[in-house]
Amino acid sequence: MEQAFKIRPASQEQKKLLAQIESEAGTSINQCYQCGKCSAGCPVAFAMDYTPRQVIRLLQLNLMEEALGANSIWICASCEMCSTRCPREVDIASLMDALRRQALVSGRVTDKKVAAFNKAFLDSVRRFGKLFEAGLLLEFNTLTRQFFKDAELGLPMLKRKKVHLLPEKIKGNEEVKKIFERVKEIGGE
Amino acid sequence: MKLAYYPGCSLQSSAIEYDLSTRRTAEILGIELQEIEDFNCCGATSAHNTNKLLSLALPARNLAYAEQAGLNVLAPCAACYNRFRTTEHEVRQQAEIKAKVNRAIDMDYQAKNHTFSVLDLLVREIGLEKIKEQVQKPLRGMKAACYYGCLLVRPEHHTGFDDAEDPQTMDQIMQALGAETVSWALKTECCGAALATSRPDIGGMLIGRVLEDARENGAECIVTACPLCMMNLDMRQKAGEKALGTKFNMPIYYVTELLAIACGDEPQKVATDRHFVEAISYLESLPARAAEMDAAAAAAREKAGKKKAAVKTETPEDLEKKTAAFLKAIEKNPEKIAARLIDDEERAGILASIMGSEEKKAEKIAGLMAADMEKARKAADAYVTGELKKKEK
Repeated sequence: MEQAFKIRPASQEQKKLLAQIESEAGTSINQCYQCGKCSAGCPVAFAMDYTPRQVIRLLQLNLMEEALGANSIWICASCEMCSTRCPREVDIASLMDALRRQALVSGRVTDKKVAAFNKAFLDSVRRFGKLFEAGLLLEFNTLTRQFFKDAELGLPMLKRKKVHLLPEKIKGNEEVKKIFERVKEIGGE
Repeated sequence: MKLAYYPGCSLQSSAIEYDLSTRRTAEILGIELQEIEDFNCCGATSAHNTNKLLSLALPARNLAYAEQAGLNVLAPCAACYNRFRTTEHEVRQQAEIKAKVNRAIDMDYQAKNHTFSVLDLLVREIGLEKIKEQVQKPLRGMKAACYYGCLLVRPEHHTGFDDAEDPQTMDQIMQALGAETVSWALKTECCGAALATSRPDIGGMLIGRVLEDARENGAECIVTACPLCMMNLDMRQKAGEKALGTKFNMPIYYVTELLAIACGDEPQKVATDRHFVEAISYLESLPARAAEMDAAAAAAREKAGKKKAAVKTETPEDLEKKTAAFLKAIEKNPEKIAARLIDDEERAGILASIMGSEEKKAEKIAGLMAADMEKARKAADAYVTGELKKKEK
C-alpha cells in the first residue's frame, strides 16, 4: 500500500469490465463514500493486503488489475458482515464474489490455497453428486502439497464414525454431472 | 406439519449429531420429515466463489424435487439454508435467471416452496409454548452463549427471520429449555468457515476469538445451529487455543441436541458422546450447578432482607431520639462535639460558640449528626466559614 499508482481515466475496456462485475454483483461502487464501516466489521481484515473499503477505492480509481490481484478477495470468508452494515447498501460481499470469479476466469489467482479448496470441493460434487469430506481433504492436501495437514484429525474422526472412507455416489449423479456441463455451455453468469 | 428434509452432506458424516437430533426434535414436536430422495450437494461457498449459475442450479435441483412433492423444506445446515434461500429469491425475482436455472437442471422449478432453518421453524412455526410443554429435564444451571454465526441471519433480505445484528430466536429456545443465555458481542461473528482448512493461520484466530468472547461474558458452553461452526469450534478448538495461547475446554452443542436432551433423551441417543471436546460431563453437572445457583440466590435474598430491616430501624422515631441526644450533648458540652466535627482547634472553637448562641444551627447540626456524620461535618465547616466572613466585614 506504500507504492504509488498512476491514475488514468478508464479506457472503454476497463469501463466494460467494471460494469460487468457490478452487474453480476448487483451493486454499484459509486454508492460507496468510503466510510470504512465494512472494514471495521470485517473479521478477516487483519489478514488482508487491502481492506474491503480499499478494494472498492481501487475500483473507483480504475485500478482493476490491482483489485483482482489483491489477496483480500481470497481471504474474504463470504460472511456478509460488510453488506449487512453498509449504510449505502453496497453489496460488498457480492462484489468480492464477482471479483473472485473474474480473477479465476482471467487466471489471476493470488491465493492458491483457497482456489484449490474450491476446486477440490466442486470436483467431489461433480463426481459423486455430494461432498465426500475425506476425499476433499485428501485432494486439497495433494493440490497444495501439504500431505500431512490435519492428519492428526483423521483417526479421531474415524473413531467417532464421523467420516466415510469411501465415497457414496448419489443415484442421480449423472444428473449432477450434466448440471455442471450445461452450466459450462450456458456460460455461467 | 410435513416438511421435505434436506440433511445436506455434513449431516451425513461430520455433523451426524445434528442429523440425529434434528430428526428427534421433529418427532418430539410432531413434525413429519420426508427426506428429499437422492439429494445432491448445495455447492456451498465453493460454488458461488466459482460460478454464479452453478451456485443456483445445485440447490435448485433439490428444491425442484421438494416442489414436485408439494412440500416446504427444512435445511438445518446454515450454509445449505442460505444457498437455498438465495436460489428461491433469485429464481422468484428474476425471469432471466429462472430460465437459465431451469435449463441447467433440465426441470421446471417455479420457486413456490420455502426453506426453513431450524430456528425459524421452532420459534415462528412451532412456537416456544409448545416446546416448553415438552420439556422434562430443564437445563437449569446452564450458562450458554448462543452462536448464530453468519449464514443463518445474513444477508437479511434472504434470511429475514431474525435480527441480523442481535438475533434472539436461539436465545429464546434455550431459555424455553431452562438455560440461562449470556449477552455477548460475537454472536453473529464468522467462525472462519472453510478458512480453517484453507488458511489455518487466519481460521485459528477467528475460532479463538469467538471462544474467548463467549468465555469472557460468562458462558460455560456454546450453542450453535450450523455444522461448520460446530466443526470449527469443537473439532478445531485446539487451533483456536493455539492462536490465542490459552485453553478453553468449552463444550459445544447443537440447539437440537439440547432440545432433545431437555425433552428426555439420553445424550448418547443424539450422539453428544461423539463430540471432540467432551460434552457429557457438563450436562451431568447441571443439577449441582442449579442447586448452587439456588443457594447463592437464597443467600443474596437473605442479605438484602437484613439490610432492608437494618434501614427500617433507623426511621423515624429512632432518628428523632438520636437527634435529641446529640442536641443535649451540644448544650452540655459544645466544645467536645465541635471537636468531633472539625479537626482545626481554632475553627472548632468558633463552631462551639455558634452552636452555643444559635439554637437553630445547633438543632440542624444535631439532626445531621444523627442521620449522616459526613454531612454534619460539611455543614459545620460551612457555618464556621460563614461566621469568619461576617467577622471580616
